Amino acid sequence: MKSLAELAALREQALSQIHMRNDEQDGVRIVVGMATCGIAAGARPVLSAFLEEVNKRKLENVAVVQTGCIGLCRLEPIVEVYLPGQEKVTYGKVTPEQVAKIVADHVVNGKVVKEYTIGEIDK
Amino acid sequence: MRELSLHILDIVQNSISANAKNISIEIDEQAETDMLSITITDDGKGMSEDFLSEVISPFATTRTTRKVGLGIPLFKEAAEETGGKFTIESKLGEGTSVKAVFGYSHIDRQPLGDIASVMFILVQGNPQLDFYYKHNVGTNEFIFDTKQIRSVLGTEVGLDRPEILSWISECLQDGIQELYGGK
Repeated sequence: MKSLAELAALREQALSQIHMRNDEQDGVRIVVGMATCGIAAGARPVLSAFLEEVNKRKLENVAVVQTGCIGLCRLEPIVEVYLPGQEKVTYGKVTPEQVAKIVADHVVNGKVVKEYTIGEIDK
Repeated sequence: MRELSLHILDIVQNSISANAKNISIEIDEQAETDMLSITITDDGKGMSEDFLSEVISPFATTRTTRKVGLGIPLFKEAAEETGGKFTIESKLGEGTSVKAVFGYSHIDRQPLGDIASVMFILVQGNPQLDFYYKHNVGTNEFIFDTKQIRSVLGTEVGLDRPEILSWISECLQDGIQELYGGK
């Protein structure tokens, strides 16, 4: 069982680092649709995979957030990626296995994974 | 939905849309009395009697993108399929409480599934809200309360700091594993 003492130690650690974090305003946003349609199509493991990948790579400027129904239920799980100053990119029918590639190619290196985008899979 | 925990994730989104600040999720698993109950209570804006009376219909929704809302009907059906029951109570301005009771050993009862992951996703996605999670399995009990965590962290350190989220994730995994007599 995790102890609260451990949590208190983490707090001290976090406080010492807080000033080093820059504001997330101009960071990357990864948005996962988490309404009934998304959840039923398997959005939970996709969201978990993004969180894990971002954590593993220690990407400080990337926010993984949840949203409601995006309105394209048949293509769920849907993930939108916003890079600062660029048009958003929408991926559809995303699986946890695709997440590492999206993070590595798109989020880190700025290269859209075209074959996973809704424009490609819906052809 | 293939897991009860996914229904919970879905129903709690309703609480969040209703501007709840405090959300309580209680799960009680009792093999002896052959019952599993899930109760979700929030202090959101609540529903009028009119809306409450039609909310179990798939054609009731507050969203504007289309005219169906399946979260509550799916949850209700999942409970009733197992010989259980579903109740929803709400008061405008006070909040809403949803309770589903399942036949524990019924062949159609969906597994609870990865509830640790669901609780984690709820906290991660809504670090400004308070979640109270109580889970009983037989006589074992696990309580996870973000208010308690906040009281240790103070106001400067948010629940969404990466190191705090890792702690929360492990705390949930360990606590729930212990409920089932795991290591």
